[in-house]
Parts: sequence; C-alpha cells; structure tokens
Amino acid sequence: MEENKRLVKVPTMAQMAANGEEPEILFWVGCAGAFDDRYKRVTRAFVQILEHVGVKYAVLGTEESCTGDPAKRAGNEFLFQMQALTNIEVLNAYNVKKIVTACPHCFNTIKNEYPDLGGNYEVIHHSTFLQQLINEGKVKVQGGEAFKGKRITFHDSCYLGRANDIYEAPRDVLAALDADLVEMKRSRANGLCCGAGGAQMFKEPEPGKKDINIERTEEALATLGAGNGVIATACPFCMVMMNDGVKNKDQEESVKVFDIAELIAQAEGLSK
Amino acid sequence: MIGIENIIFLIVAAVGIGLFVWQIRKIRKNVLMGRDTDLADNPSERINKTLLVAFGQQKMFKRMLPAVLHLFVYVGFIVINIEVLEILIDGIFGTHRVLGFVGPLYSGLMALNEILAALVIIACAMFLWRRNVTKVPRLATGVEMRAWPKMDANVILITEIVLMLALFVFNIADLKRVLLAGEEVVGAYPVSHFFVDIFGEDPDQLYIIAKVGWWFHILGILAFMNYLPSSKHFHIIMAFPNVYYSKLLPKGKFTTNPAITHEIKAMLDPSYQPPAPEVDAEGNPVMQRFGAKDVEDLTWKQLMDSYTCTECGRCTSVCPANITGKLLSPRKIVMDTRDRMEEKGEHPAIFAPNHYKEMGVERMETTEEKTLLRGYITPEELWACTTCNACVESCPVNIDQLSTIMDLRRFLVLEESAAPASLNAMFTNIENNGAPWAFPASDRFNWADELYVPSKN
Repeated sequence: MEENKRLVKVPTMAQMAANGEEPEILFWVGCAGAFDDRYKRVTRAFVQILEHVGVKYAVLGTEESCTGDPAKRAGNEFLFQMQALTNIEVLNAYNVKKIVTACPHCFNTIKNEYPDLGGNYEVIHHSTFLQQLINEGKVKVQGGEAFKGKRITFHDSCYLGRANDIYEAPRDVLAALDADLVEMKRSRANGLCCGAGGAQMFKEPEPGKKDINIERTEEALATLGAGNGVIATACPFCMVMMNDGVKNKDQEESVKVFDIAELIAQAEGLSK
Repeated sequence: MIGIENIIFLIVAAVGIGLFVWQIRKIRKNVLMGRDTDLADNPSERINKTLLVAFGQQKMFKRMLPAVLHLFVYVGFIVINIEVLEILIDGIFGTHRVLGFVGPLYSGLMALNEILAALVIIACAMFLWRRNVTKVPRLATGVEMRAWPKMDANVILITEIVLMLALFVFNIADLKRVLLAGEEVVGAYPVSHFFVDIFGEDPDQLYIIAKVGWWFHILGILAFMNYLPSSKHFHIIMAFPNVYYSKLLPKGKFTTNPAITHEIKAMLDPSYQPPAPEVDAEGNPVMQRFGAKDVEDLTWKQLMDSYTCTECGRCTSVCPANITGKLLSPRKIVMDTRDRMEEKGEHPAIFAPNHYKEMGVERMETTEEKTLLRGYITPEELWACTTCNACVESCPVNIDQLSTIMDLRRFLVLEESAAPASLNAMFTNIENNGAPWAFPASDRFNWADELYVPSKN
C-alpha cells in the first residue's frame, strides 16, 4: 500500500486567485477542524474524500477565522459582528459562492446570519454534500461490508437538526454503509443536546445533577447495547462531548465515536 | 316575547362582555410596553402555520394521551360555542332553542354537543387526575409551579366540569319537560336521554331546574371569560395570534443588531457614514439598550409569548439543562416575564392574582433589584442554556423562549461585561487568535501537513 499513496497538497484560495482560478467549492474548515487534535482527523478524512472524487476545492488556510458563533451564542453580538464582517470581506474578495463545512455551528452562522451583514453564499453541510456524492455514485462505499451488522447510532446536532431541519442527510450517508442503524429514544427533532452548544463548549457547566453529555452518552450506550458499536456524529462539539462521555463510562475500548466523513473515508479505503 | 328576564340577561351579558373588553385593553397596553418588531411579512405562510399549529393542534400530538384529551376539550369548546350563540339569542329575545329550525342539522349538532360535553367532563377529570394524583412531573414540579399556577389549573378544570354539568342539567330538565308535555323534541340528546329519571315529574319544577341550569351555564361562561386574562387558560385566545406571529426563520438564526453593525463598519472603514441616530418626539437621540434587562427591552412578541403560555412545561421537560438538574427552566423564563410585566404595567384582572411569588416558597436566589434580570431571572439560569432549541421545538403554541434567554444574555455581556470568566477568555482568544482556543492563527493550516490519499491507478 505504501507506494500507492499520494501526498495531498491542499489548495488555498490565495494560491487559486494567484493562478487566476476559482474553485467549485470553498471548504470552510472551522476552528475545531483546524485545531482540535481529534477533529483534525475529520478534516483530513473529508479532504481525502474531496481528493478522491476530484472536486475542485480550496480552503482559506491561515486566512480563515472564527465565524463568531460562540461569541454570538454567548451574547457577545459585538465580537460576533466583528468576526462576521471581517470574514465576509475575505470571502467576498475571493468571490466565493459555494461553501461546504463539517461544522454545523459554522454552517448555521454563515448560512443564516451572514446574509444580514452582506455575506450571501450557498452553504452546504458536509452531511448533505456526502449524501449528494453517494446519490451521484461518486462515492460507492466499496468497503461497506466492514460495517455489516455493526450497530451505529446517530446523534443529532442541534444546529444541524432543529436549527436547520437537516435530519435525513446524515442518516442517508450512514445507510450507505450497510450497517445496523439504530435510533436513540430522543432523536431528530426531539434529539437531546450534547451539552456544548450556546458557547457551553468553552465553560464549565452550571451546577446540576449531572453533565448533559453523560446523560446523552448513557442514552447512546443503552441504544447500542453491549459490545462494539459506533456513535456517529456530524459536529465537532458533539464529537468532543460524546467522546468524553464514552471515556467517562469506561467504554472507549468497545464504543467508538466517529464523524460520518470518517466512516465514509474508511469505507472507501481512503484512510485507516 | 321579551320580558324582564331578557332585559336582565342583556344587562348581565353586556357587563360580562364589557368587562372582558376592558381587561383585553389592559393586556394590549402591557404587551405594547415591548419594543416594536416588524412581523407583518409572509401572511400566507403565517396563515398556514396558524391553521396547522393553532387550529390543527399539530404540535400537541408529540404526546398522544394529553393531545387526545386536549382535543376533546378543544373541539368541545368550539362546538359548544355554537350553542352559546343560541343561548345568547334565546336569552336576549326570549326564544326557545331558536336554531331548531335547521332541523336534522340541529339534531346532529345537539347530539355532537352532548357527546363532546361528556368527553370534556371525562377529559377534565383525567387532567385533574394527572395533576393531583399521578402528578405528571412537568405539571407538578419546578420552582415556577407555585401555589397560584397549581390552583389556577385546578380552578379551570373544575369550572369546565361544572359548566358542562350545568349544560346537562338544562338539557335533561328541558328534555323531560318537553317529553312529559308531549311536545315535539327539538334536537337530539343521546346523553341526556340516559338521565331523564334523575329529576321528578313536576313540570313547574322541571321548568325551574332547566332555567337554573341555563342561567348557571351562561353566567358561568361569562365569569369564566373574565377569569381568562388572569389565567394560563388565556391561551385559548392568545394561541392564535401568537402562532400567527411566530418565527418563520430557521431556528438557528438569531437576531442581528443593526446599530452594532454600523458601529463596526465605522471602525473598520473611517469613511463609512452610519445613518443618523433615531430620535424621539422631542428630538433627543433614543438611547439604545443592548440586550434586555427588563420587560420593555423585549419585543411585543416576546411579551405576547408570556400571555400565551399554558404552563404545560413541555419546554422544561425537554430542556437538557433542566433534565440534568440545572436551574434553567424555559417555562419559568416565560412565566417570570409575565409576572414582571404585570408588576410593571397593569393587572388585567378584576381580581389580581399577581402574588405568584408571595404565594409560593422562594427557591431561587434573586436580588432585590426590581428588574426582570436579577429580580426574577438569575444569570445562573441564563448561563445554563445550550441554545439547543428543544424548548422552542416543543412548545405547542410557538413560544420562542430562547429569544428571551438570548436577549438577557446579551445584556449581561454587552452592557455589564458580566460573562463567566472562561467565556471572557474565549472572547479574548477570538479577538487575538481568530479562534476560541489559545492557538496561534499561523498554526491554523497545520492539519494539512503530511496528508495522503491512495493514488488511483
């Protein structure tokens, strides 16, 4: 296998502009995708898929900045707009039209809140994008048998689901894996938050009986049953929270938390 | 024939309706304490939503048993109103079962009415059972469920049962009198037929019993109507406008403050000309408050929300913060808003049950400061919110609890800089590094190093 590998040179908008080119899509990586060690693997998996299907894409690289979502949800409208207006300036300067992102928080903010400030783009969450690739036959999930009989439960992200009504795309992606997709008691519109939204990711939870991610993990574990299963997520915050929950329950040997992009990349033999 | 009884009825009905209008005007005044917001867009989408969610009870059906029971009471209420119309006409003009001329349709209507009235009694009895015996947690627990909200719910349910019983007393006595006199029965009475034996056979007595039942029913309805504005039961009116004016945008889209946009644009580009500041009637610039500290900083829709709240607690029962034992209860936020609004504005009621706090045990540390924030709602509650929208999703009457929570949070951050320290650190990181974590922006692209894909042959 070693000799069949190709080093990927991830293209940036700046390079493309210098060459007088425009990509089909801008991949918005997001802060978690760029800095969180666990979530960087999702970013890389998604780029492997993009490379595999040959979509003309680019990233902003070091020119990207926080969308301002955590500032806005924490009530800091001033800082949010500061970030938003600066980002919009960059995006508009590159004439960006279509944005794909793996982060539901970035997705929601750019899609719903940037237009008020002069940023109008077609924004797609990576679950919808992957669903399209599967539907078009560009991703065939050849290694799908690897998941046969494995139990997978999908944890809805609030900012994808309730906030933007995207419930089926991530499930369709998982369905392509030919795994045993099981639903938690609270799912789709009734899904339970992982506990990280609304800037909770960046602070200690308020005092209570237990942490929200523990409650949600218990629900996921009860749904998966004993043995090895997968909690599938489509959001960096959810991934952190579910991972912490699984560790808290000493289940990290048997239960894995994966982003849907990682599962597809694995099934396609793009990554280990 | 119009007699003295009809004149008395006319006066009583006029006083009842007049009192109700007087209360509605007070409520309108309270709601208009709020900031203006333009919700006149997309009338067709709004009408659709109203038909589905308010008339069609769509969101009630997330929980089957209460939905079905509620449906009985709701449909019963609508159909019985047709009889109330007849009662009003009969009462004013001294007629008897004036709508009887429609024949079979009237029979069908009366039969349906009786069946629904019976179902209303059963449903209300079950609701009482759920509240007082099995104590469904969302109805029985929570710091906001103090003496008044609990009593209010029971008052409504018992009143509804009594009103329906009065209707049956009238129907049974009237039916028996007509049967004994050998007159033609106008309408059909499948339930009353069962119970004709409970009264004696003296026609005068039956006449009086029927009159008492009739008067009790209509007086009860007029009294009940005037009780509504002091009660959670006000939702039977407010649900419709509240759903009509509900949020049509994606739930994840939060409001943007244009004043801040102008300020930032002017900072980024010195040549930017912000529009002239708003001035009041005397030409003084309007001081804009960022976020909400008190009820007048909220919009009229947010205030209308609190008059629509049924206190059903569906929001609180799905709130992840509440489920895991944190202080936040979305229902409390809405109920507090109403309490504070009525404290600051006017009482809608003839009797003022605005002593919610005094009537219950105080279990939340509030300060003496008499504003919605801190006087009623504590920062601890607000900081527990994950903005997950579960409360908004669950509300059967489309209340947007989250928008109020967010406006209060904004005040804490923008006007008082009173965010938790870790959030302030996050703000600093975003400002300095363009990320909520303390990583240098120059490392942002490091994930792309040493990235391989299988090469295609």
